[in-house]
Amino acid sequence: MNRPLEGILVLEFCQFLAGPSAGLKLADLGARVIKIERPVKGDACRQLAIKNLFIGEDSLLFHTINRNKESYAADLKNPEDLALLKKLIAKTDVLTHNFRPGVMDKIGLDYSSVQQINPKIIYASVTGYGDTGPWAAKPGQDLLVQSVSGLTYLSGNAEDGPVPFGLSVTDIMCGNHLVQGIIAALIKRAKSRKSVQVEVSLLESALDIQFEVLTTYLNDGGQLPKRSKVNGSAHAYLSAPYGTYQTADGYIAMAMGDLDKISAIIGCDVSEIYTDTDSTFEHRDELLILLGKTLITKANAHWLSLLEPHDIWCAGVLNYQEAMQLDVFRSQEIRQELKLGDGETIGTTRSPIRIDGYKLYADKAAPKIGADNEKINSEFDLT
Amino acid sequence: MKALEDYLVVDFSQFLSGPSASLRLADMGARVIKIERSGTGDICRSLYTSNVIMNGESSVFHAINRNKESFEVDLKQEVDCQMVWELLAKADVMIHNFRPGVMERLGFDYPAVKAHNPGIIYAELSGYGTEGKGKGKPGQDLLLQSVTGLTWLSGNAGSGPVAMGLSIVDMLAGAHLAQGILAGLFRKVTQGLGALIQVSMIESAYDFQFETVTTFMNDGGVLPERTTKNNANAYLGAPYGIYKTANGFLALAMGSIPVLGRLLGCDELRSFEVLAEAFDKREEIKAILAVHLQTQSTQYWLSILEPADIWCADVLNWKELMEHEGFKALNMIQEVEMIDGYRYRTTRCPIRIDGESLFSERGSPKLGQDNEQIIRQFIKIN
Repeated sequence: MNRPLEGILVLEFCQFLAGPSAGLKLADLGARVIKIERPVKGDACRQLAIKNLFIGEDSLLFHTINRNKESYAADLKNPEDLALLKKLIAKTDVLTHNFRPGVMDKIGLDYSSVQQINPKIIYASVTGYGDTGPWAAKPGQDLLVQSVSGLTYLSGNAEDGPVPFGLSVTDIMCGNHLVQGIIAALIKRAKSRKSVQVEVSLLESALDIQFEVLTTYLNDGGQLPKRSKVNGSAHAYLSAPYGTYQTADGYIAMAMGDLDKISAIIGCDVSEIYTDTDSTFEHRDELLILLGKTLITKANAHWLSLLEPHDIWCAGVLNYQEAMQLDVFRSQEIRQELKLGDGETIGTTRSPIRIDGYKLYADKAAPKIGADNEKINSEFDLT
Repeated sequence: MKALEDYLVVDFSQFLSGPSASLRLADMGARVIKIERSGTGDICRSLYTSNVIMNGESSVFHAINRNKESFEVDLKQEVDCQMVWELLAKADVMIHNFRPGVMERLGFDYPAVKAHNPGIIYAELSGYGTEGKGKGKPGQDLLLQSVTGLTWLSGNAGSGPVAMGLSIVDMLAGAHLAQGILAGLFRKVTQGLGALIQVSMIESAYDFQFETVTTFMNDGGVLPERTTKNNANAYLGAPYGIYKTANGFLALAMGSIPVLGRLLGCDELRSFEVLAEAFDKREEIKAILAVHLQTQSTQYWLSILEPADIWCADVLNWKELMEHEGFKALNMIQEVEMIDGYRYRTTRCPIRIDGESLFSERGSPKLGQDNEQIIRQFIKIN
């Protein structure tokens, strides 16, 4: 198949998650992505393991984020290495980095210096908080950005205090925004033939994902979000029945729905509390509790078999074991295997984007540090 | 000049997922025309959150659909369909998020549109893909969170499922759709080809969880275990979490436990010298931290930890955030204006191109406000 970014070369001066997750997306879309890593240690993520899982010398986490890439080891503090890198930069289409503001200037690889080497480069950077203001020097770390962005007051219930999203959501969204910016820049360059600078930050991405509720806040006299006090409530701004409910053998989720219809189907009289649409906001807690009292009496399958035929938006709440048993998980072929080269494979997910009806598989495992130096040196004539 | 200037996007999608993608394209310079059902329009216009109504319509509609035009049509009328076909002939991108089968019934499926405009980027977003069992299920955010295991990652171990309190899967799928569309446009500008771009919420939800799902797949199928208190990531060791202080909260990311013990004056922590204990004994460590951190204020702890380069932060609500100079420096809020003069404040695009933030003053459209102009410009039939 014809991958849209075939022929595009990306040099990735990034570590951890935000920048490298963008590199992974670009690679799956067809770009050639070369990680520029310091010799011996490489991307710090190589040693950042979750549950102490390693594949050879590198963490499984590193493998997850850096599949389908090459690695070029170079020491940015060594003038000879830097000279070679500049030759490589002269031939690249895209450079990404996630150093703190000022670091690339010291090395001499800031945007204006790089433009001198390559006047058609796409120069893309990720920071934590932008490059101005009192937060610019703070470490760009996901949990900390979640914490200052207000995001932690949207999940869980009102009694919980701040509840962070249990994934590195600002890193991942910021990586997604970086991909958007880079490809838009490639389109712009195709017409202008000139370099383009792209900048994203974790905090701006954290605010962007809150754009709906922030817009509500900004135009509602500055009323802070009010989470429900009830366990299972799923959105500070949405009314009953929106939430998850315990059943006799698990949990089910119900999204927006007509309470008259739902209460009739499950046999739960809500008429005293539910008088009109407004009451689903005003009496959200009572309604969630009342529905919960009925739903806990029977099993998931019972309720879903009653609700689904009436087109009520509902689903079982599944864990990973149950979720991956679903027909749809298999039929969508979400899992792919990476070849480690020694006959072993590791399972992971694939790109979520399909082009011309094709799924974007890529079974190339993450590279060892400097695995591609020799090839790249000879290919780009770096001596 | 903005990156997507001169591109025309015809957007049939509703709610959040598809429209969030076209908002991004609009902010990058594309002209986005919403195709809206006559009489009611995008259902999101009346999908209220917290009963907040702005200028007669929901606040979320205004957030998602600023910087777009509205073309109100009745696709059951032949004349209206003809007009849409004429518009599609000029379009660079078409977007829809109908359930599988609907566009086939309406006649605007990919083969038909491609035959009409071979260079078009046809982008579709579904809940569960377009083939196989379950393809007709509603692509609703909370339900997608629920069926992909996402609700077992946030909150504490005893909390049951805890959904992420935003329509995060919608936004991810929208972000991926925008990426696919942009990639298609890049191929179009370099190779002159059209493209079919497909994204589903279930694939996007798994992509979001690629780290934890990959861990699960290679760890003998062990389920994520949240800590009983102060959980922030089921897969990370102590101190990762948010802790109550004497006057608020403190977020702590990574950091050596004995070093933290020394800095915080908490002797109990100094004995956890083995690196692996940060994960293996995280419940114990978090419990000690939780008690100790309540003895002083957030500012007190920050004044000790920040100079020592420990990754920590205050925990702010929106009011506190927006009063902070760090927020003001971003210039993240913009005011936009609707055709009738109604003005509202909202966030801007999070991407900066060539050093400039992408602002746009245009508010969301009234239903059908651009019919006359669109017909005059694009439609040749009587």
